[in-house]
This record gives sequence, C-alpha cells and structure tokens, in this order.
Amino acid sequence: MSEFMDIITAGNLTYGQKLIHLAQAAENCEHPIPTTPEFDWFFERDAICDMHEGNAPYRPRYICCDMERFARQGSDFLRLDAPDNLDDLLMNLQILYQNVPSVTGRPVYVGQLDRVFDPFLDGLSDEEILPRFKRFLNYIDRTVASGYCHANLGPEDTRAGRLLLKADAEVQNAVPNFTLKYDPEVTPDDFARLALQTSMACANPAYANDRMLRDIYPLAQDGPKDAYTVVSCYNVLPVRGGAYCLDRVKLSQLADLATSVDHFMNELLPNATGALLEYMDARIKFLVEDSNFFQTSFLVKEGLIERERFVGMFGMIGMHECIEKLLGPDHVYGSDPEANDLADEIMTKMTAQVQAWDAPYSEAGGGKYMMHAQAGFGDQTSSTPGVRIRVGSEPEVFFDHIRHCARMHRFFTAGVSDIFPVEPTAAQNVDALLDVVKGAFAVDDKYLSFYPSDSDLVRITGFLVKRSEMEKFARGEAVLADTSHDGEGNWRANDLADRKVRLG
Amino acid sequence: MMALADSLTAPVNKVIPFSLVDGPGSRCSIFLQGCNIACKYCHNPETQNLCVACGLCVEQCPAGALHKQGKQVMWNKDACVQCDTCIHVCPHKASPKIERLTPSEVFEVVHSYQPFIRGITVSGGECMLHPDWMRELFSLCRGAGLGTLIDSNGCVPFWEHEDLLEVADGVMLDIKAWDTDVFKRLTNGDASVVKRNLALLAEHDKIEELRIVVVPGWNDPEETIAGIASTLGSKIASTKLKLIRFRRFGVVGELADAESPTDERMVELEALACKAGFGTVELR
Repeated sequence: MSEFMDIITAGNLTYGQKLIHLAQAAENCEHPIPTTPEFDWFFERDAICDMHEGNAPYRPRYICCDMERFARQGSDFLRLDAPDNLDDLLMNLQILYQNVPSVTGRPVYVGQLDRVFDPFLDGLSDEEILPRFKRFLNYIDRTVASGYCHANLGPEDTRAGRLLLKADAEVQNAVPNFTLKYDPEVTPDDFARLALQTSMACANPAYANDRMLRDIYPLAQDGPKDAYTVVSCYNVLPVRGGAYCLDRVKLSQLADLATSVDHFMNELLPNATGALLEYMDARIKFLVEDSNFFQTSFLVKEGLIERERFVGMFGMIGMHECIEKLLGPDHVYGSDPEANDLADEIMTKMTAQVQAWDAPYSEAGGGKYMMHAQAGFGDQTSSTPGVRIRVGSEPEVFFDHIRHCARMHRFFTAGVSDIFPVEPTAAQNVDALLDVVKGAFAVDDKYLSFYPSDSDLVRITGFLVKRSEMEKFARGEAVLADTSHDGEGNWRANDLADRKVRLG
Repeated sequence: MMALADSLTAPVNKVIPFSLVDGPGSRCSIFLQGCNIACKYCHNPETQNLCVACGLCVEQCPAGALHKQGKQVMWNKDACVQCDTCIHVCPHKASPKIERLTPSEVFEVVHSYQPFIRGITVSGGECMLHPDWMRELFSLCRGAGLGTLIDSNGCVPFWEHEDLLEVADGVMLDIKAWDTDVFKRLTNGDASVVKRNLALLAEHDKIEELRIVVVPGWNDPEETIAGIASTLGSKIASTKLKLIRFRRFGVVGELADAESPTDERMVELEALACKAGFGTVELR
C-alpha cells in the first residue's frame, strides 16, 4: 500500500488526524527547498533533523497572536465585532482559534489568558465566571486536542488568573498547557501558592523565570506588556509573532560519527551547525518569499502578528548521550565535572557560531537565530531532550540537579526546560515547592515544571498527556489528542515513568 | 570560647537536604544520634543509643565499610552500600553510621543548600541532648539568613537552655501522653518535664507545632488535648496541632504488629481539638 493508503485505512486514527497526516504526505511530495551536499550528508546520518516540519512550509511553525489586541478590536476578516462582554470574548476567541495555523495545523498558543480576560470580568461573580472558564477550557481541550497548545499567566496576580487556575484544576485536561511567568518581586506568594497547589492537582502550570526571559525580545509597538510568551514544549517566542521553524542538531548521532573529541569539536560540530544554519536560511526564505503566508493572512493584515516578530529556532538535542559517547560511560553527564565541562564547551562553541550567523528576516531576534533546547517527540530513543540529564542518571541531591540545569540554561534564549515528578505529599507543603522555585530562579534556572508522581496527567517532553489515553492508544484504539501518540512512544522509549521522584 | 565551640561535636546520624515534613517550607533536616527516652512506637529505634563498640556489626558488614579502632567502630562512608545490615544486627538500638561533626562542619553542608531551603530543623534521637552544639549551629545559620527549628520530645528542661531559645525560631514539640503513668509506660520518660516545657515555650512564643501520635490502647489523646488546652490558655488560638496516626513501619518490640487508629477515631479527635480551640489542626 502507498503511504496515502496506509493513512486512509488506519484503524487507530480519527478522521481529523487522517486529514492532518494526508496533508503532510501531500506536502512532502514537493521539494522546493534546496539543500547543500553537506546538509544531505549529516541529514542522511540523522545528525541534523528538520523536525518533520514538512518539505514545503506554507505556514510558520508556531504563531503567537496578540490576543489582547484581538480582544480589543474583534476581526474584520472573521466578521466579529469587538466584544462587549465575557461571553462575546469567549466566542470570538473560539472562532479565532479555528483560524490560527501552526505546524500541527492547530494553534499552539491561545493567549496570555489572564490579561485577555481580566478587563471583561467586572460585574460578574466568581460563580458566574467559573463555569464559563471551564466550558472554554474544555472547548480548547476537545477541539485543539494537541498538547503543544499553550496558555500563559502572570507574573501579576489577577482575578482572572486565580479563576483560571481554579477552573483548570477542576477540568483535569491535558490541553492547553499553562505557563506561569513568575518573578518573586512581582508575583505575590499567595498567588504562587495557588499556582503550585494547582500544579499538584493537574500538573499545570509550569514556571518560567520572568526576570530572565522578559528582555530577550523587543516589545511590540502598542502591544502587550510582555514581549515574549511561552508555547508548545516551552518555546520562548515573541508575542505578536512566533517561530518560522525549528531545526536541530542531534548531538548523540553526531557523536557517533566522531573519531575523537577533537574531531567532534573542530570538524563535526562546526560543520553540522553551519549546514543547519544554511538550511534554516533557505527554509525561512521559502516561507517568507514564496509561500505567500505573510502576504495573505488576515492575522498579518489585522495586526495580530507581524512578520518582523518571527524568529528561527536553532535546536539541539541529546547532550547526555553525546557526552557519554565522547568520554565513555565513566563520565556521567550531570554529575561528573569533566563531562559537564565538555557539555559547556560544546554549547559555548555552538552558540557562538549561531550568534555569528546573520539570519534573514529575524528582526525580533536582533538578526540572529535563537537557541532552543529541543525536547524531542515520538518514540525516539538514544536522545535525551536538549541538555537534560538522562532518566536514571539524575544527581542524588535535587538541588545539585537544579544547579546543573541552571548552568546549561544560560545558552538558550528560545526555550530550555526541566521536568520533575514530585512526591504527592508535597501538596500538603506547597511552601516547600515555592522555596524550590525561588531558589532555582535565584540561581538563574529559566524554566521548570512539576507533576505529582501519581498523577494521570504526566509531562512527556513538556506537553501533557493522560496516562489513561496513552494506554488506550497502545491498545490500538483511536484517541482524541494526537499528542497521546507521541507521548505513548516517548514514555516507553525513554523510561519516563522512572524519572527520579523529587522532594521525597 | 571559640576553642570550645570548635571542638564541640555531636553525633550526626543523617542530614536530609530537603524535607517536606519538618516544619514550614523547604528545610534541611539534621538527625542526631541518641535519645533520652525509648518510645514503644519509635520508627527509628536505631537512633536511640550511641554505639558501645561491641563490634558485632563489623564482622557482618558485606562491604567492609566498618572497622574497630580502639574503643570505637569506624564507618567508611564511601565504602558503605547502605544495606543497613549493621542496624539490623545491632542489639543495642544504635548505628555505627554516624559522624561526629562540629557546628561549623554541619553549617557548611546546610549553607551549600541555599538558596533552595528556608531553614534547618534539628531532630533526633533527641537533639536537646546537645544544646550548646545546637546554639552554635543556629547562630551560624541565623547569620546566613536560615531559619532554625528544634524537633524535641520535651524531656530535657528547656528552662536550663534559654540562650538556645534565643537563637531558635521555635520548637516542634511531641506531647506523647498526658498522664504520668501512661507517659512512663509508653516512653520510660517523665511527663512533668514535658508539661513544664510546654508552659515555658508557650510563654516565650516558641511553639512551632505540637504533635500527638495516636496509639490505640497506649496513650490518652483526649486528656492530652485537654491538658494542652488548659496549659496554653488563650495562646491555643495561635497554636498548630498535628494529630499523627501510629503506623507500625519501622517499629520493633511490643508495638511491632499493633494496629493504626481508624479514620473515624482520627476525625473524632480532630473535632475535639478544633473544639478545644487550636488555631490549626492537621491529621497525618
């Protein structure tokens, strides 16, 4: 059977999932992006990877609409008046989400929801708002149905933020993923405690170090208070913009090609990095110059996105295995000083090369590509996400683990993260969790997330899935959220159930 | 004075970098070896006594991590595989796996956990057997902005150590029973010291929390709640009480197979404690 017929006749895909797969198969029949022999050489050896974004990009990978602007103005294209009340706003947003594409075909960003909602709450009681928020969150979970979809909150304490946390704990959904932008100078402890209680109830939100992230991108003109937002598996991107693409160097596979550390550092690493940078240039030029996306999208015409606020993400994955292959199994990344120093050296060198490269159409990135610690997808093995420590090798003392994370986080502007399952009893002492978040952010950790170790909702690379849904898919049944497909394979392949439980 | 402080050591059984259950927030817990009472329900009976160097464990250690040196059993931390054979074979409710550390040495460890912890809690065994050592450690911690809590069975007179209280944020105090005979039977200790400590700590506003472990047939939680209430007077409204279910995990001797109290019993006691006026009542 052809690839198309395999999709058409699949027994474990929903109608919507088949449409998405068929569209991607069709896109991949075209090959408009030129590649260099060097790129092909590394690509064939799986040392660089295009994230299966599709051969002919006709929409950016991630779009982060200025939802606050949309909430103020409505949409001419969608024939939506500016909302007068919360019900109008919720309906407008639901309609907009159906019209925001991304690499998944569905929105990866639904807004900084506390700021979007807060101006519309006057005159409504909590009892009136809460069921509306719950319906709205269920709508996103059941229609977007992709764990890569993300909402943001904070750092300020707002009524909308509190009610959204409450609603999220009650609905127990995998979608959207929530990030709380946290700054101890701005976020009151009381609000942070509520967020942490919610994390212990439904694995949401995760925590972004606002102090470290807020100055990465310039503010949008007359735009939201923050220049950035967090989407998908913790990509830090300009709001009213997004990411053209995400491509990555697979360090573990690159290390397979090395004859020595010297060969790796001085030939393979710079050559693979260079080949990927050239490829990203070509990909972005096709998207901007030939695909007609930015020339035709109503999102651009109505000012919800600006082409100038898109950046390309230069990703890497598999530091743990790379170091193991280069130095041997006695040097365990995360604990061994020599291993950690080599990782630092690799990132220093790669980052410098990326920063020295003039990226096309990257105004919001200062003319550069942004570094991203890519967290993987599907059932890929032999590559631990980004610069994370492999499951099973985590340092004994939690704080040593976090210090290591923070050391490696300093290279990344467009997202880097860690995931910690914690003792369920931590729910009875959220002050302890708050102390850990404060400590981590004080040592310049940029992003972390928790989930209780006995939770049905678990984090895979960053996205959330329900264990019960993964089990269903593993039995051959169709499930609504296709991130359960990626989650199921990844959960098994990377022993994610064995992540070291912290705070015990 | 400095020379004295430098030479002062305490037998440290364990330092836990992060504890969820030893006071508010994220805390480092330090467990000292040796206790002055012997509770029937003790979960860590191996912390009750100091090693008498009988050497029984040395022969049985599978990792060769123990050896005898003069009148002491020496423990090689790096060689130890943490199998706990030494603890299981010890007939004296002791452990050879302790380190005699100065306050400065312990401070160095806990200081390395900043900024992830808000304070330390010293527990046991019975940490009040080492008041001068604790005072020194707490002074160092306070200088570094770390909180300081004492976790005590209340059988050492706090009134003899008011200088320690000055550098302690508070005390997590066990009230194991109220009736003198019941207390004696359960712990082999003297309830009158605990009661006087309770009054003194309340007067100094140094009670972080009070704890009653409910052991069916072995103690008198109703009388204990009433006794605490009459001692605390109006201060009960700002006092936190933890009612803890007896669990037989780790327990040896007469109570090794004893039952935990039922949920109904715990809820009944919770209601009683709330009625008595405690500011916070938690069931554990």
